[in-house]
Amino acid sequence: MSEVLIVPTMGEILAQGKQPEVLFWVGCAGSFDDRAKKITKAFVRILNRANVTFAVLGTEESCTGDPAKRAGNEFLFQMQAMTNIEVLNGYEIKKIVTACPHCFNTLKNEYPELGGKYEVLHHTEFLKSLLDDGRLTIEGGQFKGKRITFHDPCYLGRANNVYEAPRDLIQKLDAEFVEMKRSRANGLCCGAGGAQMFKDAEPGTKEVNVERTEDALETQPDIIAAGCPFCNTMMTDGIKNKEKEGTVKVLDIAELIANAQDL
Amino acid sequence: MSYLDSILFAVLLVFGFGYFFSNIIKIRRNINLGIDVNRKDNPKARWKNMAMIALGQSKMVKRPVAGILHIIVYAGFIIINIELLEIIIDGLFGTHRIFAFLGTLYNVLIGSFEILALLVIVSVTLFWIRRNAIKLKRLANKDLAGFPKNDANYILYFELVLMTLFLFMNATDLHLQNIPGGFSHFITAGSYPVSQFFEPLFNGVSNESVLLLNEIFWWLHIIGIFIFMNYLYFSKHLHILLAFPNTYFADLNPKGQLDNLESVTNEVKMMMDPTADPYAAVPENTVPSKFGASDVQDLNWVQLLNAYTCTECGRCTAACPANITGKKLSPRKIMMDTRDRLEEVGKNIDANKGVFVPDNKSLLNDYITPEELWACTSCNACVEECPVNISPLSIIMDMRRYLVMEQSAAPTPINAMMTNIENNGAPWQYNQQDRLNWKNE
Repeated sequence: MSEVLIVPTMGEILAQGKQPEVLFWVGCAGSFDDRAKKITKAFVRILNRANVTFAVLGTEESCTGDPAKRAGNEFLFQMQAMTNIEVLNGYEIKKIVTACPHCFNTLKNEYPELGGKYEVLHHTEFLKSLLDDGRLTIEGGQFKGKRITFHDPCYLGRANNVYEAPRDLIQKLDAEFVEMKRSRANGLCCGAGGAQMFKDAEPGTKEVNVERTEDALETQPDIIAAGCPFCNTMMTDGIKNKEKEGTVKVLDIAELIANAQDL
Repeated sequence: MSYLDSILFAVLLVFGFGYFFSNIIKIRRNINLGIDVNRKDNPKARWKNMAMIALGQSKMVKRPVAGILHIIVYAGFIIINIELLEIIIDGLFGTHRIFAFLGTLYNVLIGSFEILALLVIVSVTLFWIRRNAIKLKRLANKDLAGFPKNDANYILYFELVLMTLFLFMNATDLHLQNIPGGFSHFITAGSYPVSQFFEPLFNGVSNESVLLLNEIFWWLHIIGIFIFMNYLYFSKHLHILLAFPNTYFADLNPKGQLDNLESVTNEVKMMMDPTADPYAAVPENTVPSKFGASDVQDLNWVQLLNAYTCTECGRCTAACPANITGKKLSPRKIMMDTRDRLEEVGKNIDANKGVFVPDNKSLLNDYITPEELWACTSCNACVEECPVNISPLSIIMDMRRYLVMEQSAAPTPINAMMTNIENNGAPWQYNQQDRLNWKNE
């Protein structure tokens, strides 16, 4: 079943003689990972509903270089960054929104020194601004009264001090929001950052994602809300490890909002 | 006091401060072995950080018990040092309680020093219990095996002894002040809310003996302070001085921002410039001898200052997801290793007339193993936790850079991830032309 999603590329929108309000940076996970693609689509549905004129780079987008930089490969990172900056500057991009905190951090903090200066927003910040401007309404829908906890992505929270936007959005769902013991600046990593996603963990006594899932399960949630495709994977694996997939769901905030409105 | 006492005191003062400053100069030299990094921008934000974090202890109270006890000891340390000024003047000029002319203010000062001294004794005792009886995990962790564990206890004993000497010095002084008709130079001055309870201990002791005890306590107290001051260099306790510059020079960028390697930028620009002449001679000094860090000289001076500032409290390690789940990585150990290696390099330079003679050792492998470095998730919990804004993460990242760019020694799956990014612009093996397929799925 194919649904109608309006997803113009920069090339297409320029051909129409328009300049988009914002560029949606989809990211590698959002483009290729089966689970993350659902987040991408949910976010697009919201953008379509709110009549946001946006565009994607499509096949012109390439990895920001974040995992390469965190792995220590500054060469590869800068090659990726400069290639992307050339594309972005070519389209005269001013504002970027992304659903991946790693892309968000890299675009926002590490591209300026290489010549890429944009206003960069995490999708929760962007959705919050749509809400504040009255372009988007959020209702509880199926999440009314559900217990929801939020896992702070390191690259959104500690790395960039964005703690409120995701929480403000969850509060709008008329759900019962519960904080984990380790939250906000004290939040524990899911275990994926710093290129860990792409390798096995070093020998230890436990997996980081299991430790973090235990934090979340302590709050007895119906839903663990995430704001990062990698955290999403790690927490989902953690829930499977704890055999809780029947009772606890891991959902991105974009999915929560889209599902609440049956989008 | 006689002239002999004054001369002895002057000699103590000169040697005490002389040795202290010679070691401070050594620390400065060692820190300057690091590569340069500009941390002089935005002085306003830097002063604010120093005022809030070092002076105001704002990050300490995140753990309230340790935080409040620490503030008491810290306040005691700073305020009781006002008394040191009087001790130095009295010692040099043979005077006795030179500030007594301040009258009521003097009484208030001495009275508050005594109360603080008592609070410090209580706090230090609780610290000792946390460390040795309760054995808090982060304070009894294996990072601290050997000297670091003893070092921490020595400091507690020092403070305990110094505060006790201070109170007994006052108790004997008060005893002599109270002798009917007066005794020698012991004028009535000061108030003694704490030591008045020790004073009766000296009832029945001859006045001359109490006078001798008073002088012994006075001398032991000041000698103890000089020993403590000079012990700092050999101890984790340098943070009482270095927390201030360390918070001033700390990175002001968002925690997520890793520094840009400019040497790489130049090369990448050349590689991407179609008009660049591939055979052009490389201008001198454009390529550093090394990418990333394998030894302390490859780190920047702020990272080395970080290493001397670390007081091994272990809040970083207690918050580290890798360490919590049993991996070898401990951010505190990264800092301790960096300092140990820097000290070793410093001693090598001392022994070889000011030049470093290669010793076939390095921070990487001999101190910090790749296994530790690869366990890091770059989550910034250690940086967030550090009460004095040390960044173990920046050292880990610089050493990963060396492993990957100089030695191509990344774990195999990491190499595969990087190859994918190079070939198809994503960390997985998907074709870049399929990037928008999700739209129609």
